[in-house]
Amino acid sequence: MAWLSPVIAAAAIFVVGFALFSGLGKNPFAAFYVFFVKPVDNLYGAAELLLKASPLMLCAVGLAAGYRANVWNIGAEGQLTLGAVCGGGVALALQDQGGAWLLPAMLAAGVAGGMAWAAIPAWLKTRFNANEILVSLMLVYVAKLALSWLVHGPWRDPEGFNFPQSKMFADVALLPVLVPGTRLNAGFVFALVVVGLLWIFTRRSLVGFQMRVAGLAPAAAAYAGISASRTVWLGMLIGGATAGLAGVGEAAGPIGQLLPSMSPGYGFAAIIVAFVGRLQPLGIVLASLLMSLLYLGGEAAQIGLALPSAITGLFQGLLLFFLLAADVFIDFRLRLRPRSTAARRSRRRPA
Amino acid sequence: MIDHLVTLIALTLAAGTPLVLAGAGELVAERSGVLNLGVEGMMLVGAVIAFIVAATTHSPWLGVAAGILAAAGAALVFAVLTLTLLANQVAAGLALSLFGVGLSAYVGLGYVSVVIEGIKPLAVPGLSDLPFFGKLLFAHSPFVYVSIALIALIQWLLFRTRAGLILRAIGESPDSAHAIGYPVIAIRYAAVLFGGACAGLAGAYLAVAYTPLWTEGMTAGRGWIALALVVFATWKPWRLLAGAYLFGAVTLAQFQAQAMGLAVSSQLLSMLPYLATVVVLTLISRDAATIRLNAPASLGKPYHPDV
Amino acid sequence: MSARQPRAEERSGVARLELSGITKRYPAVIANDGIDLAVMPGEIHAVLGENGAGKSTLMKVIYGVVKPDAGTIRWNSEPVEIANPARARALGIGMVFQHFSLFDTLTVAENIALALERRAAGRGLQARIREVSQRYGLPLDPRRRVHNMSVGERQRVEIVRCLLQQPQLLIMDEPTSVLTPQAVQSLFDTLRQLAAEGCSILYISHKLDEIRALCQRATVLRGGRVTGECEPRRESASSLARMMIGGELPHPRHGEATTRGDGALDVRGLSAPSDDPFGVSLKGIELSLRGGEIVGIAGVSGNGQKELLAALSGECTVASAKAIVLNGENVGRLDAGRRRALGLAFVPEERLGRGAVPEMSLADNALLTAHRQELARRGFIRFAAAHAYARAIIRRFNVKAPGPDASARSLSGGNLQKYIVGREILQGPRVMIAAQPTWGVDVGASAQIRQALIDLRDAGVAVLVVSEELDELFEICDRICVMARGRLSPAKPARETNAEEIGLLMAGSFIGARPAPAELEGEFVDTRPGERP
Repeated sequence: MAWLSPVIAAAAIFVVGFALFSGLGKNPFAAFYVFFVKPVDNLYGAAELLLKASPLMLCAVGLAAGYRANVWNIGAEGQLTLGAVCGGGVALALQDQGGAWLLPAMLAAGVAGGMAWAAIPAWLKTRFNANEILVSLMLVYVAKLALSWLVHGPWRDPEGFNFPQSKMFADVALLPVLVPGTRLNAGFVFALVVVGLLWIFTRRSLVGFQMRVAGLAPAAAAYAGISASRTVWLGMLIGGATAGLAGVGEAAGPIGQLLPSMSPGYGFAAIIVAFVGRLQPLGIVLASLLMSLLYLGGEAAQIGLALPSAITGLFQGLLLFFLLAADVFIDFRLRLRPRSTAARRSRRRPA
Repeated sequence: MIDHLVTLIALTLAAGTPLVLAGAGELVAERSGVLNLGVEGMMLVGAVIAFIVAATTHSPWLGVAAGILAAAGAALVFAVLTLTLLANQVAAGLALSLFGVGLSAYVGLGYVSVVIEGIKPLAVPGLSDLPFFGKLLFAHSPFVYVSIALIALIQWLLFRTRAGLILRAIGESPDSAHAIGYPVIAIRYAAVLFGGACAGLAGAYLAVAYTPLWTEGMTAGRGWIALALVVFATWKPWRLLAGAYLFGAVTLAQFQAQAMGLAVSSQLLSMLPYLATVVVLTLISRDAATIRLNAPASLGKPYHPDV
Repeated sequence: MSARQPRAEERSGVARLELSGITKRYPAVIANDGIDLAVMPGEIHAVLGENGAGKSTLMKVIYGVVKPDAGTIRWNSEPVEIANPARARALGIGMVFQHFSLFDTLTVAENIALALERRAAGRGLQARIREVSQRYGLPLDPRRRVHNMSVGERQRVEIVRCLLQQPQLLIMDEPTSVLTPQAVQSLFDTLRQLAAEGCSILYISHKLDEIRALCQRATVLRGGRVTGECEPRRESASSLARMMIGGELPHPRHGEATTRGDGALDVRGLSAPSDDPFGVSLKGIELSLRGGEIVGIAGVSGNGQKELLAALSGECTVASAKAIVLNGENVGRLDAGRRRALGLAFVPEERLGRGAVPEMSLADNALLTAHRQELARRGFIRFAAAHAYARAIIRRFNVKAPGPDASARSLSGGNLQKYIVGREILQGPRVMIAAQPTWGVDVGASAQIRQALIDLRDAGVAVLVVSEELDELFEICDRICVMARGRLSPAKPARETNAEEIGLLMAGSFIGARPAPAELEGEFVDTRPGERP
């Protein structure tokens, strides 16, 4: 039953796509094919699907761990950026020395960078009670500006014709490609591993259980002796770590250098992926594939249909809206009444 | 020197106005107990629709009206999701923002390099030309005056009228208000729609008066800053005004630094408003007692009407 | 359903309120099933029933908060539709809720103004508030903010709010749980004065003694149906009990405390400001609890019980570690988890949302506090062990539940409370604290829970019970003390004291100066910090 709303939401997107294409004067079936099918009907396309799904998956599982604990990390995009900056920084500094340890060092730096960026809202929330949504979001803007400053200034490639970009990474600083002829790299494997680890953490570990309690009933968590502070820190750091890994994965993967923009909004799309995936690992994997398809479709539509690629953002937003609507619709009919009975019973007595 | 100061003040007021407008609307919504995180999305929707209508009809004021209506429409979707269907307010607000960003980017694509006749600042013959006072008082954009009047109106409504008392009571305890017999959901709808209309007005101001052009994401996070400002103002209208102008001044830092010949990179200066938001939010939040005293007690909690 | 016997007074007069066949169904339960009720002018009419019998729902129907699925309502013999509270007020019906519908940050006058029609709320309101509140023995200062007021004073605001609308029928829903015994008498005087002036009163309660003292007629509800109508003064406690629950009121069996366990709780000079700006600070709390005894803390809610319980359980740590000594260890700065590991168990006053997570299963809720009972190893959950533990609770404490996978919120209040109490008891604590252990719980489950606490005491555990129900405390406690305005009175053996003495203590007679006469009637003189802007 929990899977009904995501399926409905996905179906609704397809329907809207159909209507939109017709409305724009394109043959809806042809447009549908160009947007949703053609991008993945060959090996390269399928690899691209998985390639784009990796950062989405990574960010989304990390965010989901936090959301389930009522820790609202909205700054994955910024943490991703910091991950790219830190990992890329290690590459730029040490790639001339080469070595098999360079890549692991870059990945570690990326994870650390993302975690450090997420530590700021965690600290401000636990120490000063500052709303983590707003803080983590403000830091997205700061992170992007910091990256921009770096590639325009100190880290600009001296031989780059004055374009704002860093030096290209040497081969030793790039993730190995999994399927020759495509861009799919080892990052995809890392992503799956992380998804698996977080699944074990959430479902089977006591701490994971306690974080879920904190999200469902904060008063019960306090009663049970679960530290609210620890919950916030874990929720933010997990999200920061996975986003940082996604960021360094982009830098050491398809992009291969540092550019003013390292992500077409993966950090925000991951929020949608997390919700559509019901905050569950399997759902997140599937939802990230769907979201990846929307990205690819947007790019394909630009070429094949002369439609702006901004159509991707439109579909993404619509997807989340449809999910929420389908969700509450189902919830509304099946669960509203019993919930209000419980709400009545648990209502606070006069102080 | 004085002239320079007056110019600074004028620029500050202009820069702070979108924050005043968007913040005022969100303040009213939050006073009724609804947390609407979709301000950024609503502002962008207001901005893009205002610009498109202004460009098509060659009437900027018509554009403003359209922007207000469009943003209120977006707010209506949010209201239905959260007030009638009882969706999680945080998730729905995020959805609204993300959707607004995507929709406005898509719809506004064809208008990126279009030029329109924007709404110019006031030029009252005689008054606006007065030395010093002219520029200080009579030469601002009409939106500036409207925003200040709006704050005064909201202050009066909230604290001096029965309607405001009822709104505040609902924000405090919707269950009690319902038990007495007030239409909690209907009043919250009105508050949320008002919030949307104000956000639309703020966006329209940006696109049709402040810098009469459209670019993707032109609000640059102002909607989120407005949310932080409402907390900073502890939900009091005049404090919101002060905070918004403070932020207006911070955003001008970039131009100021250039004018003073400082060799600081423009990106680092652009960070200032966002860092300032974090600092300000932290400072005000650490006094948990004040927040608990002033925040509407039911803020963000879904209201289950007992049937 | 019993047939109504018309009485002499009725044949001559017209019922002010008459309900016929009122029925209200919810998905899980039929709250009201064909209820008939008649209230005469100037009559004080009791609606008696245990928790869950349907009394509150019936009152909501009368007040227009809830629409009945079937049945008719006649007001002064005219059939009426009461669509909402405004309509009820227009008819002349006033209601004082069990859970007050007041706004903490607003003043008394603003609170009252909100409930009145626009014209009535105009100028002169403050004067009228003063006048009416004085006349009926419920003095109020219209300019005070509600958050500064005690629960008893807030109830006065609720009552005065109704009185200002000159009601013909006043509904009082369980009004005395927030009052000291003396304040209860004062309230009864007010109600009698109102009745003498012609106002009818519907008095909802489950307290037999009060109903017999105050009410002329009573309608008894059980399981949503009317099981009897009578004149309470002509009935005995047993006959009323039989109508209310179909049997005798159960009394717990006291055994002998055969062992004195080594559990001990000592509170020494505990002073702590409240986290909540509207809360009560604790001042110099002294308490000693040993294994093999039950100590009760009496007192009306809002005198610091919430803060004391949070400090004892560990949900709020205090500055001085020595202020709270548990089994010989200074635990003031330890959190709830660590205190539990040292042998403390706690049953909180809120079941759903605090004692248990509503959406989670009973097995998961067992994990909530009992994970140290071998339910997790090296950080990983042992699901089978958790299920077994949950099943053990269900079996031993007679919890009516489909099984360990049932969600907590699917249980009735009484069964969930039994589960939570059982979960804590099965952890083998040396000190047990229970807050309002039978609040909102039906009579059968209440008896089982009280028995479980007594059995715990007999096994040598130190038990602390905080409760608003004096009867309950006298039934199970060895010693009783009273919480008032953040202070705790010295504990006296239950056999050496009585309700009246406890009532005086509740009014703060043990704090410094002698209490003013007003305090004896339950009026708390405001010594709280100044009002907030």
